[in-house]
Amino acid sequence: MNLDMSQPALERTAPRLMRTEPLLTMRDVSRRFGEVEALRNVDVTVYPGEVMGIVGESGSGKSTLLRMMNLEDTPDSGDYRLQLPNREDGNLFDLARYDRRMLCARHIGIVYQNPHLGLLMRHSSSGNVAERLLVAGERSFDVLRGKAREALDASEFPLARMDARPIELSGGMQQRVQLAKAIALEPALLLLDEPTTGLDVSVQALVLDTLKRLQRDRRITMVLVSHDLGVIRTMADRVMVMRHGEVVEQGLADQVFQDPQHPYTQQLVHAKL
Amino acid sequence: MSLANLTKPWAATSYGFLDASAKRELRRKMLKAIAVPGCQMPYASREVPMARGWGTGGLQVTLTLVNRNSRIKVIDQGADDGVNAASIRRFVSRVSGAAETWDTLDASIVQSRHRIPEETLRDDQVLVLQVPNPEPLRGVEPNISIARQMHADADYGKLWLTLYEQIVRKGRIMQGAGYPSMVNGRHVMTPSPIPRWDVPKLNMARHLTFLSAGREKRLFAVPPFTRVEPLVFSDRPYQVEEHADLVCQRSGVSGYFMNELPVDGGGSTFEVSDSNLGIKAIQRAQGEPTVIGPTWYRNGEFSA
Repeated sequence: MNLDMSQPALERTAPRLMRTEPLLTMRDVSRRFGEVEALRNVDVTVYPGEVMGIVGESGSGKSTLLRMMNLEDTPDSGDYRLQLPNREDGNLFDLARYDRRMLCARHIGIVYQNPHLGLLMRHSSSGNVAERLLVAGERSFDVLRGKAREALDASEFPLARMDARPIELSGGMQQRVQLAKAIALEPALLLLDEPTTGLDVSVQALVLDTLKRLQRDRRITMVLVSHDLGVIRTMADRVMVMRHGEVVEQGLADQVFQDPQHPYTQQLVHAKL
Repeated sequence: MSLANLTKPWAATSYGFLDASAKRELRRKMLKAIAVPGCQMPYASREVPMARGWGTGGLQVTLTLVNRNSRIKVIDQGADDGVNAASIRRFVSRVSGAAETWDTLDASIVQSRHRIPEETLRDDQVLVLQVPNPEPLRGVEPNISIARQMHADADYGKLWLTLYEQIVRKGRIMQGAGYPSMVNGRHVMTPSPIPRWDVPKLNMARHLTFLSAGREKRLFAVPPFTRVEPLVFSDRPYQVEEHADLVCQRSGVSGYFMNELPVDGGGSTFEVSDSNLGIKAIQRAQGEPTVIGPTWYRNGEFSA
């Protein structure tokens, strides 16, 4: 376990990353559920190779925003673009269901807080990873098996159990299977929705350690949602603070944690400290 | 009082039992099914004098196709003399005036449960398969609305995943009857519970095939000369049952799909599943004039 919880976020790399073209751009995204305004004119920019952390209390709109990024939901208004090779620019919210599914399968990986949302519990762990590859059109059993093994290994999943059903695994192992499934196709964007919530502290540290290693080795762009400021501080280059569906503050992680400007952010940081 | 005087005389019913509007609807759905091979078309399955699940879907299609010049063959698991097959054949004949036959070569309409005859069907013949469960995705997606979206998106990854799991758990694909097959490169269908042996017979066949599920109220079709490809991994070829070397104990034929008959002492004997083929082989052996048509399998190898 190499996790250094005291290490400051990657302040040094974030400004460098921000000099490139953004990978993800969302503008004026709003979403209302009846009387509840879940998102209000939210703007997000994520640069290639960075880890964007999103924090906020329960009901602040973090997970709704992540679902928008994964094209699982369509906002009432807003614009969403991803800078992908060999792909025409355009608002992704305008895509038809089939195009959304194929785009997400190939370019976006997601790890849910609840493994039941992301995994087929009756199938083997390797089968769960293979499913991702099957959707993308892979039809060779040996290739499926090889790539599933590779992705599980990269997620530090014990390969001796690669054919165990997720229902037979611990919470931390289930998150590793989700992670392997998400990275199997080397996505441009990895979305992490509270990936360590519900895990005990030592397992949390192991999962975060794996995420950090993946981010370092593969330069995967990540959007990490958590209400745990320690996790965000450990992982994120930049941070976005949400409250009542709005972004109240965003900036470099160290900047936000060391000198919070918004009263809500100050409250969050001091509550943590 | 008897059943005969409690029921209406046949003459009081429409030609071919079904009323004209029912047949009109079925014909439209059958044409649509031909236009989009393998795609399930919903229809208002009518009541027929038979319980749901006993071949009502196939019967309704047959009753829609039949005319006085038709020659009807009905088989159940390959046999012409099963109670259900004989009842359906006689019923169709009584309400339409069509002739009954056991001979595959002689038939214009072949209604079947779970088998395709071994003799190659011609382009002037129609095969009607009775289907209990028309939805290949039911095992992987119980929500029918989502299953329809999956068909619309050609999202069949979970079917392959089922095959992947079988290889991981058992070392080989265990799927037997109703092997999921891609029709015309677009829709996956479950080709009724015919054995794997019969699936290649649908590929680029000369005849028209209708598959109809009366209980589920859906029908689909494989038009002539349409690709029907079982789902397989590129490095795990499709395999049919190993019946090529089995010999029918009654007729002596070999190289066809067999029924296994357990015998005392734990062994098995085999009988050719296509009973009419067995009868023809016996007649030929006894020197009677019999015509056995070309078959899809020759010496146990698929050759059509």
